[in-house]
Amino acid sequence: MAAPVASAAPAMPATRRPADLVAAAPASSQPLRRGADRAFLFLCLAFTALAVLILVVLLFTVWRDGHGRLSTEFLTNYASRRPGDAGVKAALWGSVWVCTICALTAIPIGLGTAVWLEEFAPRSRLTSFVKLNISNLAGVPSIVYGILGLTAFVRLFGAVSADRPVSFGDPESFFHLQLPLGHGVLAGGLTLMLVVLPIVIVSSQEALRSVPRSLRAGAMALGATRWQATWSITLPAALPMVITGSILAISRAIGEAAPILVLGVPLFIRSVPGNLNSDFTVLPLQIYNWANRPGEAFHELAAAAIIVLLAVLLTFNAVAVVIRQRLHRSTQ
Amino acid sequence: MTTPANAPATGDVTLRRPDLAAAKPAAPAQPPATCIRASGFDAWYGAFHALKGISLEIPKNRVTAFIGPSGCGKSTFLRWMNRMNDAIPGARASGTLTLDGDGLLARELDVVELRRRVGMVFQKPNPFPKSIYDNVAFGPRLHRKFSRTDLDELVESALRAAALWDEVKDRLGASALGLSGGQQQRLCIARAVAVGPEVLLMDEPCSALDPRSTARVEELIRELEADYTIVIVTHNMQQAARVSDRTAFFYEGSLVELGDTDEIFTNPRNKQTEDYVSGRFG
Repeated sequence: MAAPVASAAPAMPATRRPADLVAAAPASSQPLRRGADRAFLFLCLAFTALAVLILVVLLFTVWRDGHGRLSTEFLTNYASRRPGDAGVKAALWGSVWVCTICALTAIPIGLGTAVWLEEFAPRSRLTSFVKLNISNLAGVPSIVYGILGLTAFVRLFGAVSADRPVSFGDPESFFHLQLPLGHGVLAGGLTLMLVVLPIVIVSSQEALRSVPRSLRAGAMALGATRWQATWSITLPAALPMVITGSILAISRAIGEAAPILVLGVPLFIRSVPGNLNSDFTVLPLQIYNWANRPGEAFHELAAAAIIVLLAVLLTFNAVAVVIRQRLHRSTQ
Repeated sequence: MTTPANAPATGDVTLRRPDLAAAKPAAPAQPPATCIRASGFDAWYGAFHALKGISLEIPKNRVTAFIGPSGCGKSTFLRWMNRMNDAIPGARASGTLTLDGDGLLARELDVVELRRRVGMVFQKPNPFPKSIYDNVAFGPRLHRKFSRTDLDELVESALRAAALWDEVKDRLGASALGLSGGQQQRLCIARAVAVGPEVLLMDEPCSALDPRSTARVEELIRELEADYTIVIVTHNMQQAARVSDRTAFFYEGSLVELGDTDEIFTNPRNKQTEDYVSGRFG
């Protein structure tokens, strides 16, 4: 107990109470404050309007240029020298193959890494070093991953000579695999996996961190092992966020052109992938290819391909929303 | 689930337990067996000496309350009884701590089995984001395989033991997060009871609840006393007085005094205990 009370110290020069100090200070200008308030509100509105306007103009010009070329033939025809016959079949199926491979590899590896880092890794300097660097990797330009993919997947670090490839299965069948991978869909998909892996890991880590510690403690207190607590409590609770993060990451993969370009894929393809070593192209590369050509007709084709790409992206995001809502309803 | 004959009225907020006098005479006649025993027990977090030379016995089928100011080590002690401190880096302990004679401090101890025997209820209700049924069934499913009918029966009996069955029997499939705070805490008690523990540890189980829910949980604690050994940490001294048979007062990592609750609150032997229970410090 503090014995001396405030009233026992009259020697101090009368300290002013907060209310006196406030009253003594000059008043600020009310009109100025209101004006600043309005100005700030106006600025925010203006920037929002600008952002929306840019998006609308972009969508409008793309639609205006491209919608005339949209047809079922556009989706089912291969690229052609004659703009009237040209379509995105090869690029569309190439994107589907590559992104499926990307999703099937990046999500399990990324989620597994996040689970290890968040739930199991010992708290050490090494762990924090790894965590920090994964966040850094998420910011590395994608073309750098393209070069890594070229070395690691296309050429397999030179471990197997491209002149004498090792082959498994019938080259005409789905179950064909040849090493080194060359610029086939598997190399493309794995390269995109490198691009999105840090994003999947970081978003999954955040999802796991958002699950309250008390839920893990509750499971452990009932005799769950760390793995049981993770598998049956933490992961289900984190899943909606994990799925959202993963789908956003895969959406980024669909739009990537640079890393695929670096792999050395042929720009003119008239076939749909049949196995993991098939040549392929993707929608962004097809758009790049058409936009580069002289002639109004090819620019229209590029715009039409952009519409297809945006439609694929929107479908992906819609699926993400549906899955999230479903899971949300089952847990809330 | 048998209800003790001395079941109190809900909302009893007097410091003294009116029923204690009635319950007392039975106790000295046949002293209850010891459930948890500590002797020369020390605990550290890194270099911080959190508990110093604790020796005490916690009787079977009684409610023992741990009181003391924040940071006095009472929660630390509780968390050693089911080894929840294992998850905290730098936490270690020495001395003896036993449950029915089995040592609890060995590094190679099967903590999964220990936690089946020693359940825990936390400060904030922490139901899993699952259905009411799955919350209760979670623990049993970890340890054994059940037929659907056996599990249904187990879930019902656990919910009855936690005095929640009548409120939730028509919506077992609904999310546990839709329950009120007090119901959630009773669900957590049902969840703990469902694995068949001998001991229930409660770490300030009512501090996040309103007075009505608190009264309900306190009443439940006294009902559970018949079947379980209960150790409760609380900052609320009236609560310790209302629900416990024995009270231990901790101060700065040491056990200052342990005795029958009415002794501690009306006639403490130690000056510090007297100051604390009468509200002069802490």
